[in-house]
Amino acid sequence: MAKVIEGLYYAESHEYVRVEGEFGYIGITDYAQDQLGNVVYVDMPEVDDEITAGEEFGAVESVKAASDLFSPVSGTVVEVNEALEDEPELINKDAFANWIIKVELSDKSELDNLMDAKAYEAICK
Amino acid sequence: MSDKRTCLYERHIKQGAKMVSFGGFEMPIQYTDITDEHVAVRTACGVFDVSHMGEVLVTGREAERFVQHIFTNDISGAPTGKIFYGMMLHPNGGTIDDLLVYKEANDRFFLVINAANIDKDFAWISEQVKQFDCTAENQSDYYGQLAVQGPKAEEVVEKVLGLPCQELTFYTFKKMDVGGEIIIISRTGYTGEDGFEIYASHELIQQMWDKLMESGEAKPCGLGCRDTLRFEVGLPLYGDELTDELSPLEAGLGMFVKMDKEEFVGKEALAQLKADGLKRKIVGIELEGRAIPRHGYEVVADDKVIGQVTTGYNSISTGKSVCMALLDIDYAKLDTPVEVRIHKKLQPGKVIKKRFYDKNYKK
Repeated sequence: MAKVIEGLYYAESHEYVRVEGEFGYIGITDYAQDQLGNVVYVDMPEVDDEITAGEEFGAVESVKAASDLFSPVSGTVVEVNEALEDEPELINKDAFANWIIKVELSDKSELDNLMDAKAYEAICK
Repeated sequence: MSDKRTCLYERHIKQGAKMVSFGGFEMPIQYTDITDEHVAVRTACGVFDVSHMGEVLVTGREAERFVQHIFTNDISGAPTGKIFYGMMLHPNGGTIDDLLVYKEANDRFFLVINAANIDKDFAWISEQVKQFDCTAENQSDYYGQLAVQGPKAEEVVEKVLGLPCQELTFYTFKKMDVGGEIIIISRTGYTGEDGFEIYASHELIQQMWDKLMESGEAKPCGLGCRDTLRFEVGLPLYGDELTDELSPLEAGLGMFVKMDKEEFVGKEALAQLKADGLKRKIVGIELEGRAIPRHGYEVVADDKVIGQVTTGYNSISTGKSVCMALLDIDYAKLDTPVEVRIHKKLQPGKVIKKRFYDKNYKK
C-alpha cells in the first residue's frame, strides 16, 4: 500500500507540494514512484526558472520510460535537489523526503485546486 | 485488431508480469524489475517467452536457390545444422526484415522472422517463391519458442530441461525427439550472452516453462530487459535500427550482406548506394551526463539537426547514458562531438562504437 502523508497538497498527476511559508517543495508521491519502478534519472529545471501550474517542468525516468513532471503550482525555482543527480534512486527509497524542486510560490490560492491526503488516497485505489 | 497471445500468456499473468503490446502480441515487458532481469541474464540465466517470433519453412528442389534470392547472407555450400543471420531487402535496398536461416537439409530451410513483420514477410516470401520450384509454409501459429540465455544457460538446458546441448557451437542447431515430437534447439540468442533458443509445440513449450520455473534456475525475463541486453551489445531491433527505408549498409550490418553473391533482391540498389557513398549511418553516442536519450530524440551539431536516436538507455551494465542514432555521414566518425536534445536541453556527447558492452558468446 502506497504511503500518503497528511498536510501535503496533491495533484492528480501524482506530484505533491509541501508548503513552508512562501515556499513549496515539489516531488512525486510514493504511489507514483511505485508505479514507475526504479528511478534512474531525474530531469530537473534550473534555479530561477519560472514554472506554471499544470505545465511540465522536468521528468522522472525509469529504465524503460520517461514520465513528465507537471507542476502543481506556479512560481520560481529557488533550489533543486542536487542529491538526485547522483542518486536518483533516493526517490524510490523515500519519495516524500526526497523532494525534487523548491519553489517560491507566486499564487498561494492555487493550492485550493489541489487535493488533500484523503482525496488523493481515494484516487490511488 | 486485438493482440494475439502466446501459449504462455496465462502463466505470465499468474506470475504477475506487466504486459504490453509488442509486434501484434500481448507480451510480458517485465515480471519484477528490468534491471534485476537484465543482471540475471548477464550473470546467471534468464528465460524469455519469444513465442511471438514467426517461423517459415521453405522446402523443395530449389529451396536453397530461393533463400539465396531473398537473403543477403550467403548460405551456399553450408553444412546441415548451420544458422545464418541476414536480411530480406526490398528491391530499393530498404530492409523488409532481419532474420535467421536454419539449414535443415539441402532442400529444407527454417526461417525465423520478427513478430511484427510476419504478415508482411510472408506476403513477400509467397510472392517471390512463385518463381522457384519450392514452397513456403507459415508455421508461426504452430511453434512456441523459449530463449534460455546467460552464462549458466547450457547447464540449465541440460539439467533442468534434460536436453543435451553442450556439443552445439555458436549459430548451429539440431533437431531432437522429445516424447515423439521433433523440436529444434539452437545456440543463438539476442542478449550478447551464451544461450539457446528452443522451438516446439505449445504444449511442450508450456511444460518446459513450468520445469524452468519449478527449478528456480532460470529467472523469467520480459521484453524490457531483452531490449536493454541486445542494445548494450549493439544488436539491431527491426523498427529502430532497421526499417523499410533503411538498408543494412547504413545500419552498419555490411558483414551480413554478401555483395560477391551472384544475386539477391536489393543487391543492385546496395551496389549503387556503395558507389554513391553512404549519406547516413547508425553510430553509437555516449553522453557526458546521465540524461537518457530515447528513440526519436534529435541529435544536433553545428546548430542543426543531424540525425535521430534509434535506441537509447542509461546502460544497466556500465551506468553510462548511451544510444544508437542514425546520423548524417559527415558526423558519423568516431569521437565527433554531438549533442542530443533531451527534454528541451542539449546534452553533450560524442560518437563511439555502437557496442556498449562486450559480447560473451561461447563459440
